[in-house]
Amino acid sequence: MQKIIKIITISISTAIIFVFYLSLNKDNNYNTESQIGKKLNFDKIESIDEDKYLYIKELKGKNFVLINFWASWCGPCRSEHPMLMKLKSEKKLKLIGINFKDKKSNAKIFLKELGNPYYFIGKDEVGKLSINFGVYGIPESILVDEQLTILQKFIGPLDNQDLDDILKKINKV
Amino acid sequence: MKLKILIIIFIFKLSILKSAENIVEPNHIHKNLRCLVCQGQSISDSNSDFAQTVKLVVKDLIEQGKSEEEIYSFMAEKYGDWIVYKPQLNKENFLLWFLPYFILSFGGFIIFRLLKKKTQKT
Repeated sequence: MQKIIKIITISISTAIIFVFYLSLNKDNNYNTESQIGKKLNFDKIESIDEDKYLYIKELKGKNFVLINFWASWCGPCRSEHPMLMKLKSEKKLKLIGINFKDKKSNAKIFLKELGNPYYFIGKDEVGKLSINFGVYGIPESILVDEQLTILQKFIGPLDNQDLDDILKKINKV
Repeated sequence: MKLKILIIIFIFKLSILKSAENIVEPNHIHKNLRCLVCQGQSISDSNSDFAQTVKLVVKDLIEQGKSEEEIYSFMAEKYGDWIVYKPQLNKENFLLWFLPYFILSFGGFIIFRLLKKKTQKT
């Protein structure tokens, strides 16, 4: 009996050390890995212009979609804008911009100044829509395939590396 | 007559208890949600923009009649298990849930054995 107790004690100690080892090596910062492979889930997005909506069925089965959360008051959004303008010419990709907690007039001035890369501009006046997309700050972009499955999420401004990743993904098929 | 009154009182109390059970307390939910943009703060403690928005969404979900568990599931679906302080049981964390109970039972068993041995000796 003594021997069994010893074996169980050693096994439990080893298990505890193993759990600690795994937990301490785990990255506790928020990352978006858990979102990849999930389907986008929304009915419609209200346009920045009154009485216009984008319905999810309009996007399904057609193109890759990059949903970009931005605002005119956001500095990093300004720095990523040239990347979005480059992506505008991609035939396989549709860009949806969600204007986040912004004034419509300021958003229009921003786009007039830097160019409008978006196929559709939605509005998220109080930020509730961003929670539905798992966004926690802007700029943030979500790349989805034709079946609206999330391929990648980009936290922060898009850079050249992100641009290459997007192009690789959309031209892979 | 007395029995009838007692039954009515019993049903009334039961319905009160049941409705109290269904009340979802927003503050309780906020305390169990992690603020992802803060350092070690819950949504309840934080005044960040993200926390304020999450509070609005939680309020909406409560108004839609969602239960506490459904709200946690919704948030975990959008942000991963990291957002909830008490994650739901899954294959990755089952050891963390059950190991303490197992160790407690095993410890109790050893104490029981030792005490039994001691009483046998005396």
